[in-house]
Amino acid sequence: MKSTAPESSASPKRPWFPAIVVAIFAVWLLAGLRVPPSGESFDVNAFGKLPALVGGRVKPMDTVARNSLLIIRGRQSIGDTAGRTLEPGEWLMDVLLKPGRADQYKTFVINNPDVLGLFGWKQEHDKYFSFAQLQPHLETIQKQAEQVEGVDEKLRNPFQKEVVKLRDHVLLYNRLKSSIHGVGSVTLAEELDTYKSVIEPGIAAAQASQAGKPFDEKALALLGDFFKRYDFVAHIAYISPVPRADWQQWKNIGQSLLETMKDGKIDPSVTAYSEMESAYRAGDAQAFNATLTGYRKLLGGAFPALMKKIDFEFFFNHFEPFYKAIVLYVCVFLLALISWLKWPESLGRAALWLLILTFVVHTFGLVARMWMQGRPPVTNLYSSAIFVGWGACLLCIVLEKIHRNGIGSLTAATMGFLTLIIAHNLAGDGDTMEMLRAVLDTNIWLATHVVCVTIGYSATFLAGFLALLYIVRGLFTASLDTATAKSLGKMVYGIVCFAMLFSFVGTILGGIWADQSWGRFWGFDPKENGALLIVLWNAMILHARWGGFIRERGLMNMAVFGNIVTSFSWFGVNMLGIGLHSYGFMESAMWWLGAFMASQIAFIALGMLPLRMWRSFSKKSPSRRDGEVLTPI
Amino acid sequence: MLHHGLNRFIKPLVSLRLAIVCLALAMILVFVGTLGQVDLGTYDAQKKYFQSWFLYWTPGGSGFHIPVFPGGFLIGTVLLANLIATHLERFKFAWKKSGILLTHFGLILLLLGGLFTALFAKESHMRLEEGIGRNYSESSTDYELAIVDVSAPDHDAVIAIPGSILEKKSHVESQGLPFAVQVVKLFPNARLAKRDDKTPPSPATQGVGTRIAVSEAPETHKMDERNLPAALVELTAAGKSLGTWLVSVALGAEQKFSAGGRDYTIQLRDTRYYKPYRVELQKFTHEKYAGTDVPKNFASNIRLTDRERGENRDVLIYMNNPLRYRGETYYQGGFDPNNPRVSILQVVRNPSWLMPYVSCSLMGLGLIVQFLMHLFSFSKRRLA
Repeated sequence: MKSTAPESSASPKRPWFPAIVVAIFAVWLLAGLRVPPSGESFDVNAFGKLPALVGGRVKPMDTVARNSLLIIRGRQSIGDTAGRTLEPGEWLMDVLLKPGRADQYKTFVINNPDVLGLFGWKQEHDKYFSFAQLQPHLETIQKQAEQVEGVDEKLRNPFQKEVVKLRDHVLLYNRLKSSIHGVGSVTLAEELDTYKSVIEPGIAAAQASQAGKPFDEKALALLGDFFKRYDFVAHIAYISPVPRADWQQWKNIGQSLLETMKDGKIDPSVTAYSEMESAYRAGDAQAFNATLTGYRKLLGGAFPALMKKIDFEFFFNHFEPFYKAIVLYVCVFLLALISWLKWPESLGRAALWLLILTFVVHTFGLVARMWMQGRPPVTNLYSSAIFVGWGACLLCIVLEKIHRNGIGSLTAATMGFLTLIIAHNLAGDGDTMEMLRAVLDTNIWLATHVVCVTIGYSATFLAGFLALLYIVRGLFTASLDTATAKSLGKMVYGIVCFAMLFSFVGTILGGIWADQSWGRFWGFDPKENGALLIVLWNAMILHARWGGFIRERGLMNMAVFGNIVTSFSWFGVNMLGIGLHSYGFMESAMWWLGAFMASQIAFIALGMLPLRMWRSFSKKSPSRRDGEVLTPI
Repeated sequence: MLHHGLNRFIKPLVSLRLAIVCLALAMILVFVGTLGQVDLGTYDAQKKYFQSWFLYWTPGGSGFHIPVFPGGFLIGTVLLANLIATHLERFKFAWKKSGILLTHFGLILLLLGGLFTALFAKESHMRLEEGIGRNYSESSTDYELAIVDVSAPDHDAVIAIPGSILEKKSHVESQGLPFAVQVVKLFPNARLAKRDDKTPPSPATQGVGTRIAVSEAPETHKMDERNLPAALVELTAAGKSLGTWLVSVALGAEQKFSAGGRDYTIQLRDTRYYKPYRVELQKFTHEKYAGTDVPKNFASNIRLTDRERGENRDVLIYMNNPLRYRGETYYQGGFDPNNPRVSILQVVRNPSWLMPYVSCSLMGLGLIVQFLMHLFSFSKRRLA
């Protein structure tokens, strides 16, 4: 096998080169570890690290801000009216504490020209609009959205979909705005002073009224007004920042203030937010930061473990390990590609070293998510994409260690890049660490069945991508020499065996889970069928190879078809909208899936072109060609 | 001689090519069957594609059923025959092939297990409200015409005619009944409405059916809908009609009548599977994550009483934690969105539930053995 290495490894040329490459990127990564401080003004970072219960999970305000922006705006970045880029946490601070200002930011994205036409606007270069711009048209949006409500979701046209989305986004924005206090000239602190003075006489009046005695009607009415107001907030508020020992019981400001009616005590969290609001509105950074620091200290004392996780998640958001990994994968790709043209050994080794560094970053992101969630790696489509890329990268490092011809590095870079891009696009629905439905709430099966099946996806894709490389290099370049072709053949064969093992074991474990939970081993659920398809396909490849029905090139073409089978199993079945696994339906994904499958069919067609048209093989003697027959492993 | 004859029978089945063709056909079938679930629903698609010998094509308007593709049973059977034949013909034990042998042997068991499950497994459900106990579960797809003799004060005598018989025969007699059942019309799915002055007179002459207008409804296969069959049945004794009744699964209560001096009730209902024990729902909990509609947990606290076996105990059934009792598995199947006190338990009887465990362990073990042997020999070669 060592003979396939392009250069002898006895005396490496330019031994310093890989080290320098890795050092440069390591410095870049280390620089990213530090979150830039907020300086003299309002401590945005500390605010971003305040905890709140949203969507069933306690998360930092920073995450709330990022997810909300992703939903409403389609991206995590936004600028203020002067064009300065805001931190997501800064945007949320304005929405929560100074909504009048936030209303001026271009928070809403509208892509559909017909929706713009509703408001008499033309589609121009800017597709982002502020709440203030939308405000005169809220009624129109609501009316249009109501009309769409009766239409089956699958039958809605782009206009109808967009208008419903816009209505939902406006609603979400309004819920965010009402979470602490809302718009108005009175601050929350002033309002609470009045509230405190009203409670006692109001309660007394209510008791008297119930007992049939004379009572103070005005006091009762005042309290009634407050009740109505806080009951409304309790229902509409999006964020629940008032902590309780049981994290499922965290309260929003409205709920907390309703509780105040019982004992007259205002929760320290509510007080802290009211003080922050006053200071923020007055532009008093010092007072704001002092309150914030005090409040965070209070929380840290009461919930040390939780606050540690919150701080970590904030750091995770800023470090963006998956974004960094995407950049690194691109660099690995370039290094590996160039290594085939120049400096094969030094560049090839640099690519591998950098790949290992990338893998460390990717692994960090994966493990960090597991720790924050307290879950095995794969819990939804988003995390499956991250894991598929991670698994493929790991396998490729092993392949590269064995074969040392740049193929492993290049494939790892391609797959790592693509899967992380897919993950990035799957994150549009908001929280990627959402809570698990009751039926999935079992760490044992998530850790075994789901992980095995997902490794099976990784490996089947990897075999397919290696095969793509074989076809592209063989057909379009003269670079696929006998040794490389042979080593690719061995890689694909080995990976298909590995894929077969893991998809099969994963499918069985799924069956056992089903039997344990529903009393049946196999129910022909679409996702189960998808996993079965992968098993069957891999079994077919192996049997066809052992029987000598296919050789090297047939193996490659079948492996490419494995990409189609796996992508159907991974995404296709979710789009059918049936069965236990029909989570995460996405329409735009349908198009991409179709395009991917079509491209794979095109590659298979290319792979079946006669060998004389292959640039790598045309000049060779006709006796060379398709490797020897393999016996069953 | 016999051996020779057997060989002639086995030979054509010993073929790797045949195995590969079976795998390919199985893939196509699984793919098409998965897509078929969109329109047919999981249950019907399973029947049509996987638990069948052939897929049929019926040209528009004609009554022909032309087999166009092998069904799950056929592919499975051929694959099974191929596997068994291959190993009978070529069996030669070698350590090098032990993993493959184990895998294939496991696969034989798996296919057999799948066949047994398809033949013998029964799924039904038990709908329980808090405080209510039952000694039977009900089918979600099959129905029966139940005629119960309620004359005796201490027991009922039940005669249940399965829907499949009503569909085939229009005249049913039973030893236990002093009258015959004549199926006037059967509706696989029906819509019931209150009659008013404008609707034509009801074909039913007895019971609640006289006040109801019944019309045929298209059959549904959707996961969240079900068919509500109905029938017009005439009871006849000694050539004389006792009257015509409208019966329907949609009519909750049974209808009372008398014949030959005895009291009866008649009802079309979901097929019941009686148990020698009783299950009573004590408490149903359905939690959601705070501020969301995502279900966090479902749990049914039930009391199980079995006089025969002297059991009387509380059981908690929750997600991923079913109750297994006397060959049946009770798992948390669903809830009623309109009534928070109702829990729906799914009841599965599968006598061959152990087979997949055995076969899959063998197959998994076989694959791991083979893979590891391959890996070791590979790394040995590399080190050499």
